[in-house]
Amino acid sequence: MLTKRIIACLDVRDGRVVKGVQFVDIIDAGDPAELARRHAAGGADEIVLLDITATHEGRGTLLDTVRRTAAALFVPFTVGGGIRSAEDASAVFDAGADKVSINSSAIARPELIGEIGGSFGAQAVIVAIDARRKEGAADPVGEAEVYVSGGRKPTGLRVVDWAREAEQRGAGEILLTSMNTDGMRAGFDCELTARVSEAVQIPVIASGGAGTAEHFADVFGRGRADAALAASIFHFGVTDSRGLKETLRRAGVRVRLPC
Amino acid sequence: MIAVIDYKAGNLTSVVKTLGYLGAEMLVTQDPEVVRRAEKIVLPGVGHFRATALLEELGITEAVRESVAKGAWFLGVCVGLQWLYEGSTEAPETRGLGHFGGECERFPTVFGGEALKAPHVGWNSLEEIRGDSRLMRGIDEGEFVYYTHSWRAPLSADTAASTPYGGAFTGAVERENVMGVQFHPEKSASVGLRVLRNFIEL
Repeated sequence: MLTKRIIACLDVRDGRVVKGVQFVDIIDAGDPAELARRHAAGGADEIVLLDITATHEGRGTLLDTVRRTAAALFVPFTVGGGIRSAEDASAVFDAGADKVSINSSAIARPELIGEIGGSFGAQAVIVAIDARRKEGAADPVGEAEVYVSGGRKPTGLRVVDWAREAEQRGAGEILLTSMNTDGMRAGFDCELTARVSEAVQIPVIASGGAGTAEHFADVFGRGRADAALAASIFHFGVTDSRGLKETLRRAGVRVRLPC
Repeated sequence: MIAVIDYKAGNLTSVVKTLGYLGAEMLVTQDPEVVRRAEKIVLPGVGHFRATALLEELGITEAVRESVAKGAWFLGVCVGLQWLYEGSTEAPETRGLGHFGGECERFPTVFGGEALKAPHVGWNSLEEIRGDSRLMRGIDEGEFVYYTHSWRAPLSADTAASTPYGGAFTGAVERENVMGVQFHPEKSASVGLRVLRNFIEL
């Protein structure tokens, strides 16, 4: 049986994993290569490395980090952040990534989805969507809007429409982050995730709001997510994927339990 | 020595890296002569079936046919497994090696009255593992491997392990010296490493 995936996300700046606490203090959480291996050994099904450096000088550091992280990692490995062209993507694949995640650059130039997919296959392209519910609308979930630039700029695009377009242009998966729930550790946005998951044929990865095992069970059930991503709950040994998965299995969720 | 065929398939780097990690001696090549001399051949692949058209152009198809007839071990990964069949509806104009009968087909959009997502992405179980399979040696029923694909090979007597998604399909195929896996052993943690080690140690 196909299992629900637990994806560990590493936010990387200048070659180190960082974690903001309430968006202010950036805490150094360690070396990406070492953390990625620890997550994989701890039962994570995939690793996502998100480059938040977003400077030109940071690109060389990023590729070196990707290379070091991929060297002894034998689970799927996605890299996102600052990928603006098929050449950027190609460099990241050469360094050892299996998939790239693109966000603002896909909004700016939707052809990029097909350009990367055409060379590397649809399975290698994840379109990340930062979504915010449209408060005050008759249907705040259905009217949820796509934001770019780290959630600062509204695009006027409806999340469901953009997800469908990304699929038609050849995205292999959608990574949906709810800005309403992100960082709150109070649960994923299950209503929005379900709406997007039902609108497309491709898998949807839910992100934003993970706090407890119940939140994961909820987004896999009610939220119809195919995978769920979390960062902070896995850092500093708060919990690992194995513990999370054992709880999920008891709750009746199909998960891969490595020996 | 293992000849790893380079036809610009996406996962070449990962497959080479993993074989190297396991201590295999390799030569990454586009040269049919290297393929003819190799004791073992690995054909990686992920992406579109039409990419395999290059194999014919390079003369690799004929070299593989001769090598496997002489007993060279062959392992196809993902699209590399699909290429062992007659073809794929993904690119009907591109023919496969035809070592195994049948065509690869897309997953149905509906199965058992429910919508079925494609691509089939994620960790799924290996089932009905054939007891005599050398590639699957030491792998237990129900162990998980990582898949990402939209087309799949049919079941046959050569199926060495199946996986259920929209009905069972061929997860691994094996007849004597010719083998293939639809999943990505290079991305399937300890289970995948075991499969590749089994191949290296043949």
